[in-house]
Amino acid sequence: MKLDTMLRRAGVASALAALLLGAAPAALFAETPADTLVVASAIDDIVSLDPAEAYEFSGLDMINNTYDGLVEINPTTLELEPGLAESWSVADDGVTYTFKMKKGLTFASGNPVTAEAAAWSLQRAVKLNKTPAFILNQFGWTAENVDQMIMAHGDDLMLVVSKPFAPTFLYNCLTAGVASIVDAETVKAHDVGGDMGNEWLKNNSAGTGAYVLKSFKPNEGMILEARPGYWRGDAKIKNVFIQHIPEAATERLQLEKGDVDVARSLTPTDVEGMAGNPDVKIQNDVGGQVYYLAFNQKNENYKNAKFLDAMRWAVDYQGMADTIMKGAVIPHQAFLPKGYLGALDDLPYSLDIEKAKALLAESGIKDPKVVLSVRNSADRMDVAQSIQNTFGQVGITVELKVGEGAEGLKEYRARLHDATLQTWGPDYPDPNTNSSTFAENPDNSDEANNTGYLAWRNAYDPGELTAESQAAVMERDPEKRKAMYADLQIKHRETSPFILMFQQARQTGLRSNVENFYTGGAVDAAAYWLATK
Amino acid sequence: MAATEASPPPRHGLIRLLRQSGSTALSLAITFLGLLAVTFVIARIVPVDPVTAILGERATAAQIAEARARLGLDDPLWQQFGIYVWDVLHGDLGQSIRTREPILSEIFRYFPATLELATIATILGVLIGVPAGVLAATRPGSWPDQLLRLVGLMGYSMPVFWLGLMGLLLFYGELGWVGGPGRLDSAYDMMLDFKVPALTHMILVDTAMAGEWEMFGNAISHIILPASLLGYLSMAYISRMTRSFMMNELGQEYITTARVKGMPEARVIWVHAMRNAAVPLITVIALSYAFLLEGAVLTETIFAWPGLGRYITDALLVNDMPAVLGGTIVVGAVYIGLNILSDLLYRLADPRAR
Repeated sequence: MKLDTMLRRAGVASALAALLLGAAPAALFAETPADTLVVASAIDDIVSLDPAEAYEFSGLDMINNTYDGLVEINPTTLELEPGLAESWSVADDGVTYTFKMKKGLTFASGNPVTAEAAAWSLQRAVKLNKTPAFILNQFGWTAENVDQMIMAHGDDLMLVVSKPFAPTFLYNCLTAGVASIVDAETVKAHDVGGDMGNEWLKNNSAGTGAYVLKSFKPNEGMILEARPGYWRGDAKIKNVFIQHIPEAATERLQLEKGDVDVARSLTPTDVEGMAGNPDVKIQNDVGGQVYYLAFNQKNENYKNAKFLDAMRWAVDYQGMADTIMKGAVIPHQAFLPKGYLGALDDLPYSLDIEKAKALLAESGIKDPKVVLSVRNSADRMDVAQSIQNTFGQVGITVELKVGEGAEGLKEYRARLHDATLQTWGPDYPDPNTNSSTFAENPDNSDEANNTGYLAWRNAYDPGELTAESQAAVMERDPEKRKAMYADLQIKHRETSPFILMFQQARQTGLRSNVENFYTGGAVDAAAYWLATK
Repeated sequence: MAATEASPPPRHGLIRLLRQSGSTALSLAITFLGLLAVTFVIARIVPVDPVTAILGERATAAQIAEARARLGLDDPLWQQFGIYVWDVLHGDLGQSIRTREPILSEIFRYFPATLELATIATILGVLIGVPAGVLAATRPGSWPDQLLRLVGLMGYSMPVFWLGLMGLLLFYGELGWVGGPGRLDSAYDMMLDFKVPALTHMILVDTAMAGEWEMFGNAISHIILPASLLGYLSMAYISRMTRSFMMNELGQEYITTARVKGMPEARVIWVHAMRNAAVPLITVIALSYAFLLEGAVLTETIFAWPGLGRYITDALLVNDMPAVLGGTIVVGAVYIGLNILSDLLYRLADPRAR
């Protein structure tokens, strides 16, 4: 009797709990809607959605779909093509550019796209002077002079730059998010205290792109809605819903269940685990990051050409890409990532222990020791250990110095490291972004404190390469310019204390019915408007 | 001798209650001030320069000096602390460095998601944990007791990260019984802002108030798995504590007396013993609830749940110290609030404490 009562009471409680647990009727589940592309991605990097301020991957993806520039990158070919300007020319002085605006284009608000709006947009980005403004400042534009350097004349937009730069340098930089053209009338209407609409644009869009921003909740997601009459052709899918899913395994599960159409933050392990699932496919692209080893020439050993060469032959490029990084990188041995003007994609070096041993003997350095600073993350540690192993076989002792990323970077910027394993991501889609940092060092003294130059951080004086790289950014003939970068990369990889090893690869998971999803490769951001499902 | 005579102790219950409340309020105020002092000191000793965090690496010396003056960083420390306390008391927790939004309004958006999850988890934990603990206590050594010990041990020792992923894999991936990560299916999530006014930011409450029952059902299907997972952890703790408190009570003489009097066993357990066991149990439940309200970081990450734990962690990862400290103050305030609540309930349950 007493046990009975007790069990009955306990039974009531459990039944109640079971009711709660089972209260999820399966009939309520919705598939991804047919008119919506659901993208799972980690978007907590977003600081602002104002094109003059956004400088993070997720923000630039959004901007690529809601705004256009004067010059654009074709998402399928990744070549330059006219954007809001139909044509352009440069005067004989080499500093005056005229962009002729396309006629009949409108912003999402219905306002016409004019040369005035374009001029105001570029002036605004320079005057706001947020993080990505340096891309425009390179052309000598400052808050003080930009009103004179960038002006509208009827349907034409005149840009005056400070030096006769390579025209391709300007065009490439104009494809960056910071050079997006905004709807001047709409943005000015949202000016608060002279902020040129910066606060408002953080959560709104006012562009010409295929989509408009319908809602944005930081760390939760954003919704883009297609606008009719996009100049490159209307978006195929009406809505794009980008859901913030920070955990890769969770993304994978949702993709396999069909709750998302695209998963963008998968790890190689997830990709491997989905092999054989007919509902899912993996799209491989490259990203812009390069992985490299750098040796600080404050250590005299690293000025020895034979020793540097020995180390170049002592790295297992292919092996690491295949086993440790499992598709997250591809071997790449030049400072320009694949996709950039003039990038080299040949692979002259491979693991050759005997050759490396012979070179080490020729170098005359006895029992060399390398102290390699490496960030405390699983993949970096694996790469460092592989290097420790192969270098060891050659007779080079590698001591690993493991630390937090920020700590290692501080040491690197103060040139206090011996050797380091690092990555570098390009700042804008022109070869000058990497060439200037890897191959230029105008002043190698400690006092110069040129931490922006990777060459300086490694006490590396590139000699004539500095001038050659500076000349390449001025070269007017695109073919010649391309050849100059090819030459720079060859000389750099044969003489510098840098060993370029990999380029980032991107693995995007797609439901099998999703087609034409373009991630933008190394030079651009994602394009959603061509995707179908 | 009247002057040396102590004033007579207040006999009126209300006065005594007021006096007790007064001393509670005072001790809480001191605790809160201590919390502010600790967060203030942490903010000053972490190796993150607030000025460069705000202005970025490209800032000029003049910009840095201007920002230091604006932020009051050149004032004496005690003065800075005074301003800090004044601001917090006025609901100003500062601005997030990353998003440049007022931290309080960000927390208002994230905390309800955690509150909702933690509340359901605690309800589940209490509904299952208390009866299970009582059952185990009345039959020590029996198979329900052994089973409970095993289940409890698993709840203590298995990493929540692993349990969450396995739960998702089984109930969402394989069986399809529950919704996946996030608070709604994407189709509903997209409509949420346009159909449901965010009155409380608690999705179950908001959708119910808007009469969007389909969405409400979907939200339940999404919350049930993370809530059950957290509920399980809280159940493991509550049931073990219930068992121990109950065993203690059941060994007391008044229980023997009640049994000798021929009182029904259910009444002995649920009315006589429970009434006394409930007193310490209230504190246990309040602590477990407070623990969940801090935001279950790993659970919130796996389930893509936009709650406070994830907010603080995300902020921490990008050195957004004002957001981290603002979140910490809110967590601390919640702890203090729950302490008051359990204190009050304690008094209601235990006449001796009145």
